[in-house]
Amino acid sequence: MWAMILKEFLELRRDRRTMAMIIALPLLLLVIFGYAANFRVDDLKTRVVGPQAAQVAQQLEPPFDVTSVRPAEGRADGEKALRSEKAAVVVVTSARPGPPTALIDGSQLFSAQSASAAAAASNGALRPQVLFNPHLKTSWVMVPGLVGMIMAFIGTIVTAIGLVRERQAGTLEQLAVMPFRPSDVIAGKIAPYFVLAAVDMVLVTVIGCLLFGVPFSGNVAVFALGAALFLFVVLGLGVLISTLSQNQGQAMQMALMTVMPQILLSGMIFPLTAMAAGVRWIGYVLPLTYFNMISNGVMLRNAPISSLALPLGVLAFMAVLVFSGAVLRFRRDLAPSAPRAVPAKAPALAGEAR
Amino acid sequence: MSRTVPGERGEEASPARQAPPEGWGVFGATVVLDRTTALDDVTLATPRGEVTAVVGGDGAGKTTLLRTLVGRVRVSAGRVSAPPPVRCGFMPTGASGVWLDLSVAENLDFVAAAHRIGGRALADRRAELLAAAGLAGAVDRLAQDLSGGMRQKLAFCLAILHRPDLLVLDEPSTGVDPVSRVDLWRLISRAAAEDTAVVMATTYLDEAERATTCLVLDHGATLASGAPAAILAGTPGTLTTGRAPAGPAELSWRRGYETRSWHPGPPRDGEEPISADMEDSVIAYTLAAQHSGDAS
Repeated sequence: MWAMILKEFLELRRDRRTMAMIIALPLLLLVIFGYAANFRVDDLKTRVVGPQAAQVAQQLEPPFDVTSVRPAEGRADGEKALRSEKAAVVVVTSARPGPPTALIDGSQLFSAQSASAAAAASNGALRPQVLFNPHLKTSWVMVPGLVGMIMAFIGTIVTAIGLVRERQAGTLEQLAVMPFRPSDVIAGKIAPYFVLAAVDMVLVTVIGCLLFGVPFSGNVAVFALGAALFLFVVLGLGVLISTLSQNQGQAMQMALMTVMPQILLSGMIFPLTAMAAGVRWIGYVLPLTYFNMISNGVMLRNAPISSLALPLGVLAFMAVLVFSGAVLRFRRDLAPSAPRAVPAKAPALAGEAR
Repeated sequence: MSRTVPGERGEEASPARQAPPEGWGVFGATVVLDRTTALDDVTLATPRGEVTAVVGGDGAGKTTLLRTLVGRVRVSAGRVSAPPPVRCGFMPTGASGVWLDLSVAENLDFVAAAHRIGGRALADRRAELLAAAGLAGAVDRLAQDLSGGMRQKLAFCLAILHRPDLLVLDEPSTGVDPVSRVDLWRLISRAAAEDTAVVMATTYLDEAERATTCLVLDHGATLASGAPAAILAGTPGTLTTGRAPAGPAELSWRRGYETRSWHPGPPRDGEEPISADMEDSVIAYTLAAQHSGDAS
């Protein structure tokens, strides 16, 4: 039995990544759940519009955090601000007597819940009205996020295995002597999965909308653009992982390590605004965070493309980054193994080794 | 890149088809990988229309040498002269160049497409190769369902599909049954007859004897090179055979029912030296190298 235990430890020591995961994962989970797992939103970015904006803004108490006061704007401008996610709540005041209306962005479920609760507790000082998701249904918010999560899962894991399989089978050597450029091989590896994942994405979106009655209020083309960019990122990430891994087990492990944080920290489950700053920044480097902004915005809020320029741009940048990384790394794989020694010194070294 | 068929060659030869005056090969190559010397000043000429065999045990440097020829390993010193990679055919060891999830036909089609061969040229070439390799009945079988020998033959077909100028085969016949080995040799001879330069690594010394020239490697260094007959003639020391070792056990080895014994230098009194075959000869070269190494 001791022999078996010893052998297992020896093997484990060789597999550095598993060791790292065993030690790092519990710490990571602790930190992430500790700092990120917070459903309560304490700060609501609030904009006050209408003739009495200045007075009403004075009276608003936390969680309403007044970030701008625009007496010249009206309800239509307020809705626009919500659509573009410039504010979570817009308080619309009017010249007539009566409590002002608090327009609440229902696409951000937890801030919306906080806002409605606070408005309800104001003893009639605010009349809440939830837009985009009037009944504050969880499924409405989850479906746009799930579309991205499923893509990240399938896209990254399936492609991560692709090149590693060739490496393990030895066919990578054969590819290296065939007239292919590294980008040819990578494009060939990605194209079928891109098509499959795109079909998958349409399927999940359509069925999700039908089953849960989620409205698709925005522009399909904007959604498609965001989806395509996001797919490029997750597929490219898969290929990058593939070029970094020596076997399928490693590739699978790494793929899961990239997908897990995306699910937890992209704002899909825990609201980004409620996270501790350190953890939130992790969320901001993950592609799913940006796809979430796009799918949520387009599907629920009919967000204009101008307000989604940032997430779209970030995804495009990430796609370029990930692909360049994969191609460069893969070029190293296909390049002839270069001798370590400087040519001039080689005979001396050779003499030593003999 | 023009593909030529036998008979048409000559008039339309592209520059790539013409070997430099000294021919293709590896000249004075030293390869140092991870601080160990994989090849030490090795020279191997690979003339067109000939089969050149690289012989040696495990870790002798055979694979490294072949990989320098197809541009997969850079030399630390020395020179490699080979056609551009596209004009080389490479069969890695153990049929690992075959896509197991693809059928025989799909494997061939994929490699053909990579080399931009299609239509009639592909159909003809495919039929020709399948017939020659005895794979015509297995066209639709998945490569993973093929026997080891059939898979090796498929790997060979993939390497030669685009009629390379230089064909590099890494142990094409290792682990293959005797009948398939005969098939493989027929394919190799055919390739050489079509004016391809063929280089093959092998651990079977009877195969090495059939090659035009032979290079015997040990620990990255050249033990012997030249025509098989010349290598046999140059066998160092004295070789005897008998029922029991005639000297120290480490200088003796079994061949069938007999035991060969070897010692450096000329025959001693009463000894009846025998002429070596390739296997005895390579062992004698190896022992001689060890002996001189110990002495120095």
